[in-house]
Amino acid sequence: MTALRVERADVVVVGGGGAGLSAALAVAEAAAREDRRVPVVALVSKVYPMRSHTVAAEGGAAGVVGDDDSLEQHVADTLAGGAGLCEDDAVRFVVERAAGELYRLERWGLPWSRTDDGDVAVRRFGGMSRARTWFAADKTGFHLLHTLFQTSLRYSGVDGPVRRYDEHHVLDLVVDDAGGPDARVRGVVVHDQHRGEPLLIEAPAVVLATGGSARAWGTSTNAGICTGDGTAMALRAGVPLRDMEFLQFHPTGLPGSGILLTEAARGEGGVLLDADGRRYLADYGLGPETPVGAPVPRTMELGPRDRLSQAFWHADRDGRTIPTPDGGVVLLDLRHLGKERLAERLPLVTGLAKQFAGVDPATEPVPVRPTAHYTMGGIRTDARGATGVAGLFAAGECASTGLHGANRLGSNSLVETLVVGRAAGEAALAWSRAAGHPGADGGAAGAGAGVGPASADGEVVDRAAEIADRYLAMRGRGTEPPAAIRAELGRVLDADAGIYRDADGLRRALATVEDLRARYADVRVADTNPVLNTDWATTVELGATLLVAHATVAAALAREESRGAHQRLDFPDVDDVPRHSEVRLDAGGTIEVAHVPVGAEHDMRVGKRPITTPMSFSAERGAGS
Amino acid sequence: MSEADLPVEARTVRLEVARTSADGADAGRRDVFDVPYDDRTSVLDALQWVKDHADPTLTFRWSCKMAVCGSCGVMVNGRPVLGCETFVRGYRTSGLVVEPLAHAEVLRDLVVDTDTFLGKLAAVQPWLVPAGATRLPLVDAPAEDPAPDRGEDALRAHGPSSGSLQTPGELAAFKGFAECIDCMLCYAACPQLDPAPDFLGPAVVATARRWDEDSRDAGELDRADVLDTEFGAWPCIQVGACTQVCPKGVDPARALRDAQRVATETWEARSRRG
Ligand SMILES: Cc1cc2nc3c(=O)[nH]c(=O)nc-3n(C[C@H](O)[C@H](O)[C@H](O)COP(=O)(O)OP(=O)(O)OC[C@H]3O[C@@H](n4cnc5c(N)ncnc54)[C@H](O)[C@@H]3O)c2cc1C
Ligand code: SF4
Ligand code: FES
Repeated sequence: MTALRVERADVVVVGGGGAGLSAALAVAEAAAREDRRVPVVALVSKVYPMRSHTVAAEGGAAGVVGDDDSLEQHVADTLAGGAGLCEDDAVRFVVERAAGELYRLERWGLPWSRTDDGDVAVRRFGGMSRARTWFAADKTGFHLLHTLFQTSLRYSGVDGPVRRYDEHHVLDLVVDDAGGPDARVRGVVVHDQHRGEPLLIEAPAVVLATGGSARAWGTSTNAGICTGDGTAMALRAGVPLRDMEFLQFHPTGLPGSGILLTEAARGEGGVLLDADGRRYLADYGLGPETPVGAPVPRTMELGPRDRLSQAFWHADRDGRTIPTPDGGVVLLDLRHLGKERLAERLPLVTGLAKQFAGVDPATEPVPVRPTAHYTMGGIRTDARGATGVAGLFAAGECASTGLHGANRLGSNSLVETLVVGRAAGEAALAWSRAAGHPGADGGAAGAGAGVGPASADGEVVDRAAEIADRYLAMRGRGTEPPAAIRAELGRVLDADAGIYRDADGLRRALATVEDLRARYADVRVADTNPVLNTDWATTVELGATLLVAHATVAAALAREESRGAHQRLDFPDVDDVPRHSEVRLDAGGTIEVAHVPVGAEHDMRVGKRPITTPMSFSAERGAGS
Repeated sequence: MSEADLPVEARTVRLEVARTSADGADAGRRDVFDVPYDDRTSVLDALQWVKDHADPTLTFRWSCKMAVCGSCGVMVNGRPVLGCETFVRGYRTSGLVVEPLAHAEVLRDLVVDTDTFLGKLAAVQPWLVPAGATRLPLVDAPAEDPAPDRGEDALRAHGPSSGSLQTPGELAAFKGFAECIDCMLCYAACPQLDPAPDFLGPAVVATARRWDEDSRDAGELDRADVLDTEFGAWPCIQVGACTQVCPKGVDPARALRDAQRVATETWEARSRRG
């Protein structure tokens, strides 16, 4: 077995995006409030934290301020968007803390856009009944991430509580009794891409903040790193994935590349036109038509994203779109906003349209079409990010806290990364302390000192080494090119797991995904070098993406109703009782889908198993009903 | 028949890539590929094509593909650019020579060391130093405001309920410097990093100025202590190459000019403070 470097931390945070940095900063701040031993948080990320996908968020982050708005109204809007699948406690938990987190970032220096009086400005966003979306021009995620990252540098000095492991790829969790009643996390197996060697970071608490998985689709707004790694790890560790079939399609992506033009473009007054220059949304239930330049909340262009994407699908079928090699497109018209306002409020969108579509939005409308965007479902957690596995937490896009339900409102997810990230960080530290962990700096075994196996539980080290070996052994083996598998997966999800689905398409998709997983067993990794082996790393990611895609398609086939972002042509009605789907892996590696009433088991401390009959899913056995 | 009339599949461009293995053994090796392209093929797409279809060992960084994450900087025909927003069509006759960013240690192929840059960044305290603090303790907890009274609202807000005021004008004063994506293109362009590799460099000084110019920040004297050193702002001789290559319009050359001026102006105040 490969020799394994072992290091220790009080809390491991996997992911350096909004959620991961929030969690790490929460631990750092907890350290500042106490005079006890400074806890060590290991912040592990496969890319440098400031390259995380949070950097690409454009529009803004929702938080109630001002007298004409109320927390209750934000809760009500979120519940309405979620179409019955929100968990009430999670919605309240996030809404109550949203503005507080955004003010905290203000104090850390985030360059929020301002009113003339110097207050933080808010803009309108789809599905929100009031203007409550804080923004930094149209680069909100960029400024949010850089503010968090630069603030974290304060805490990442030699003696600081935050130890960064940049460009370290987490391969898997080490879990005792995975899937059983005493499941407990023991640490993470990591590959140090620079030194080219595996390592175990041993810790009693792990926060997964690995982001979404919408990169699986061929046309997607997501960065290359959004491959569902943490989601797959949690599933393998016995945590159910909840509501994976709810994948948000954003109505305004650039054709081909899928690059996002933020909803804020419509919030600022942009309108959508069909091939004849008509405001087609009015004909698909989003009217009445509003005057150009005077957007009305929840109407026309400011309707919820799922409804806008669905309207596109109908318009496309009705022959109202403009054909292109990338499929039909409609036009996002921003011309009436004028050059100046575009430069002030939407500089990124303007630049992206010019550069990647060759169109200046000040003079020409921009061609757009829907693109895969956001993973509403994910690792099942309670409102504070706790999973059913002791010591394991999840936050951000990889988690399903119950905030978004069947459809996320734009600008709710950035605040979720902040609020749940913080809560998960605090809970993880509390857990770690309660576990009586000797601590990273406890005893002779100081972290970072390259301590040997003797300093940790030998059995844990052995299991970690086995995991590492299994992944390292992929190098230099196999015959199936990963690029072909990846392309085929993207194609089939685009075709059969898109805005509208039906049983035939989903069965096809399921069969294809199963076939791709079989081919993946013999995947070819040509590069054998241990250092910065991106051939191997992206192939490891592909394995996670395939597993998550399998769970998604199975959940979609099992949900025989239309709700929120999940629309079935063969089941157009909404079930009377809203239920979550939960996907598990059984001992033999088979995917099982169960349905659980909303609210039934949201508190992770009670009842670890749903009282439902799970269905096994495979293409041969069909929809299971 | 001109190139433009050929079917898309038949159009190829000559791509020459500098290769360096992880142990540095074959530094100086060049590989050449004929890469198919169309109007929308970026340099990054071309590299990805090589990885998928010709040589899976070719190593480079990328993430967002939309010019915002700062991962994909490379030299193309001697000029530092972001691979994802540079299109192959502009090089159909010349062909492309793609190399790792200059003035950084090459770790493998097109991947260069970022840690040195981040060390320099941390050195200038790129975080908000509140008024009244000359030196920050390593950690200090934010004060919690009492929750605001929301009248009839049944829910209760948590966390701070206010922040600082800042006018649009005060925002504009530093906003330009805050656009830096840490892509390191300006380092590749800066000639002073040859004689002075420890120079803090354009992006780091721009980030220091971003905080100095922020109306909420009071850390200017602390940062001037760092900038007013042999390898702080002084190696800059105002060539301006950094500003020219910056993909985000940051103007680090101005930041360097400002930093040198502030260092001079604050020298006395700082030495009095001890
Ligand atoms: C284009 C775009 C625009 C958006 N605009 C908005 C908006 O305006 N408002 C809004 O509220 N939301 C928006 N969203 C959604 C929101 O930005 C994301 O949901 C959110 O930023 C996700 O943050 P995160 O911290 O969960 O994950 P990410 O920022 O994706 O970070 C994931 C982290 O996990 C790390 N990681 C993953 N796997 C591993 C592994 N195996 N080992 C080690 N590290 C790993 C990565 O390196 C990275 O650091 C937008 C999303 C996109 C794609
Ligand atoms: S200043 Fe410009 S070129 Fe330099 S790192 Fe920042 S964005 Fe890149
Ligand atoms: S891939 Fe993000 S800047 Fe090019």
